[in-house]
Amino acid sequence: MNPALLQALRAALGAGHVLTQPEDLIPYRFDGTAALQQMPGAVVFPGDTEEVAACVRLARAHGVVVVPRGSGTGLSGGSLPLAGCLVVVLVRLDRILETDPKNLTLHAQCGVITKAIDDAAAVHGLFYPPDPGSMKISTIGGNVAENSGGLRGLKYGVTRDYVMGLRVVLPDGAVTFLGNKCVKDVAGYSMKDLFIGSEGTLGIVTEVLLKLVPRPAARRTLVALYDSMEQAAATVSAIIAAHIIPCTLEFLDQMTLRCVEDYARIGLPTDVAALLLMETDGHPAAVAAEAERMREIALAHGAREVRLAADAAEAERLATARRSAFSALARVRPTTILEDVTVPRSELSKLVAFVAETARRHSLLVGTFGHMGDGNLHPTFLTDERDAGEMHRVELALSEIVDETLRLGGTITGEHGVGLAKKAFLPRQFDEGSLALLRAIKQALDPEHRFNPGKIFDFPTPP
Amino acid sequence: MSASPSLLATLDYAVLQQCMHCGMCLPTCPTYEATKRERHSPRGRIALMRAVADGELQASRAFAEEMYYCLGCLACESACPAGVDYGTLFETARAEVERVGAAAAPQRSFWRWLTLRHLFLKPGLLRAVGQALRYYQRSGAEAAVRRSGLLRLLPLSLQRLEPQTPLMAAAFSNELISPLERPAGVPRRRVALLTGCVQDLAFPDINRDTADVLLANGCEVLTPPVQPCCGSLHAHNGDLAAARELARRQLDLFPVDQLDAVITNAGGCGSHLKKYGHLLADDPAYAARARAWDAKVQDIHQFLMATGCRAPSAGCGESRVAYHESCHLCHGQKISRQPRALLGLIPGLELEEMKESTWCCGSAGIYNITQPEQSAALLERKLGHLAATGAPAVATANPGCHLQLQNGLAASPGHPCQSVAHPVSLLARAYRAEKSG
Repeated sequence: MNPALLQALRAALGAGHVLTQPEDLIPYRFDGTAALQQMPGAVVFPGDTEEVAACVRLARAHGVVVVPRGSGTGLSGGSLPLAGCLVVVLVRLDRILETDPKNLTLHAQCGVITKAIDDAAAVHGLFYPPDPGSMKISTIGGNVAENSGGLRGLKYGVTRDYVMGLRVVLPDGAVTFLGNKCVKDVAGYSMKDLFIGSEGTLGIVTEVLLKLVPRPAARRTLVALYDSMEQAAATVSAIIAAHIIPCTLEFLDQMTLRCVEDYARIGLPTDVAALLLMETDGHPAAVAAEAERMREIALAHGAREVRLAADAAEAERLATARRSAFSALARVRPTTILEDVTVPRSELSKLVAFVAETARRHSLLVGTFGHMGDGNLHPTFLTDERDAGEMHRVELALSEIVDETLRLGGTITGEHGVGLAKKAFLPRQFDEGSLALLRAIKQALDPEHRFNPGKIFDFPTPP
Repeated sequence: MSASPSLLATLDYAVLQQCMHCGMCLPTCPTYEATKRERHSPRGRIALMRAVADGELQASRAFAEEMYYCLGCLACESACPAGVDYGTLFETARAEVERVGAAAAPQRSFWRWLTLRHLFLKPGLLRAVGQALRYYQRSGAEAAVRRSGLLRLLPLSLQRLEPQTPLMAAAFSNELISPLERPAGVPRRRVALLTGCVQDLAFPDINRDTADVLLANGCEVLTPPVQPCCGSLHAHNGDLAAARELARRQLDLFPVDQLDAVITNAGGCGSHLKKYGHLLADDPAYAARARAWDAKVQDIHQFLMATGCRAPSAGCGESRVAYHESCHLCHGQKISRQPRALLGLIPGLELEEMKESTWCCGSAGIYNITQPEQSAALLERKLGHLAATGAPAVATANPGCHLQLQNGLAASPGHPCQSVAHPVSLLARAYRAEKSG
């Protein structure tokens, strides 16, 4: 990297916050995405919004590309470095600035860990619902950049539904705050929404103003076991048809279940075809009634057995085990290729069956789990990146799954983002009008293409 | 640099590939937590190891420093859903650092030679040094030297360490435990007791207590008087050849086929002792015996709770105790429940759960010597959580943790916790109280 830029960065941040040695950079050449890596030119650790802006201005002056990064747990390559880029790591911006119980808001710097946000809310009897699998280490800024989901999407929505305001550093180094604490606000375009899920291509979020909700007084967790996936899917449809909106309706197939149990050792059965993890929360009386109704519905739709978690600790163990599903699948083969396809809820069982059939046809191992309540599926291919032939078959299978997803009215990604991993599929989902709009927005905010260029989509001819 | 291939390159590549860098390990890693730098995280270190294995990176001095900045606490193994064998990676990486001399410095080489190649390789020599140290500490010579100011002539690093020297016990294990002890009545099981090296010199009473508890539970106890170091110190510090030699000597010493179990009471040793099969897998003369050995080695808490430990009818003299988990007991051996259950057997004893009980105390083998600053920060964190429990005593089952906590408490006047004890010692006290009460 340009020595003059490095010198200026060291002057701005302090030498200790600028990394350039291979032993320091190699651990930053990947994020949580499988089989992708690229070597950055330097990694910097600004301490506040002003220092982030300084980094952006200096990089721009030297014509260097910027890639923002939180804890690097993303699953689409959104925070994957670009070769020779400047990685701006935001973990030092880790203060909660204000919790406002009167307006039910929480104002935090972007590097605060997701779980710490909910813990701080809990002190006031409040709740921050989005709970991505990596919530114990993911940063809230990264959640906003990828518009992360979690296990509670069906009832509570995703990160976007909780963002009321953002402080953003723009590609020219200018800083602006978008939004406020008002529940109603129709002044101008909803510009904060442009940055939610923008994957670091439009700006760097340095502060987040979040909406909180009252913490549910009661919670019940149930586990239903099935001999076929169809029975599990039918249960989900019947629960929704009964006008029950549980906060969680997760399923694991047998392959996933075996891996999760191998890791968590909490006594999950490994001989069933599917497991449904269901949770209802809210007023204690409503929760008790809903839990009982869900149990009945599950049994009526062929559940072999329905277990009720004895206490909060057991419920937490079940949720934690579910969150480990993706990583636990890595026990089987060296490489795990994770998908995030999502379809309208009513189409989910068709997609589940299609994934299993596709894997069989290409002689591939697949473990499937996901959010049955919101139609978000995570087929995970268990493979080996060193086996070119098998990797080719994985690509074919993924392509077919994407086509089927779109045919069913779905989307290529429900909660992980496009990044690099799903970029090739986006033109299949978007018509030319949508693609042109994407490019126009990028061109307006980042005309020099300095912010995470080549993520989400490519310009037809790079400038 | 050596021309032969890196030890990391000869490792089964699947072990390196097992890490899918999801980041679940990050919040459980004390060095990442302290620095927020990926290089100091498990997945970052594995990325560096893989780069060395792939020939992209030399095992440089910076690589060496990183491998020795790692505590080797294995908290990442407990956190890892993918089942990465970090322990093997870490030991191989340190062995590679030593093979190419990436961390070499004259003073460091001298101390490694003295400790790994002599003191902890030769049990007779270690005992002799222990006896000399015992005389020095107990004759008044140490106090005189400390008063004289002579210590200021030592290099700074040694001056800092000098007060941490463990107090040598008045009698070592062989003076306290007979080679064969029989329980009252017909023995139900026949077990061997491992006395360790540091445990033997600094805490032989814990070995005596372990023997007493085994006897009280109907075990015939075989305790060879002179036992070698188990080799964990060597394996964790890049000297796998010496670790293998010590494992072979250990196997030669015990009639494994005539024993129901081989009992260890030190978390750090136990974690290593259970992996002799892996360590000696390529040794045709020992591989089969090492596998048989692995099947017999049991941590004392694991053994007692699995065989139905008898609950004492008297108390142990303590009413409240906190429990600090040795890393290599809870992460290395996944034994977390049994020590608590054992403490729960003692009448009138309340277990006060401590926040972050599985977080490293900073002892980490010889980490408190090699990385004093990070070690001190971890000790302070631990003592803070311990104080918050208000418990007057803390139980822990590893000599390194025991010494670290003891030294930390001695340097913290006014700390509510007054004593450190092995869980088995508390149980032994309760059994003794039955007889006297």
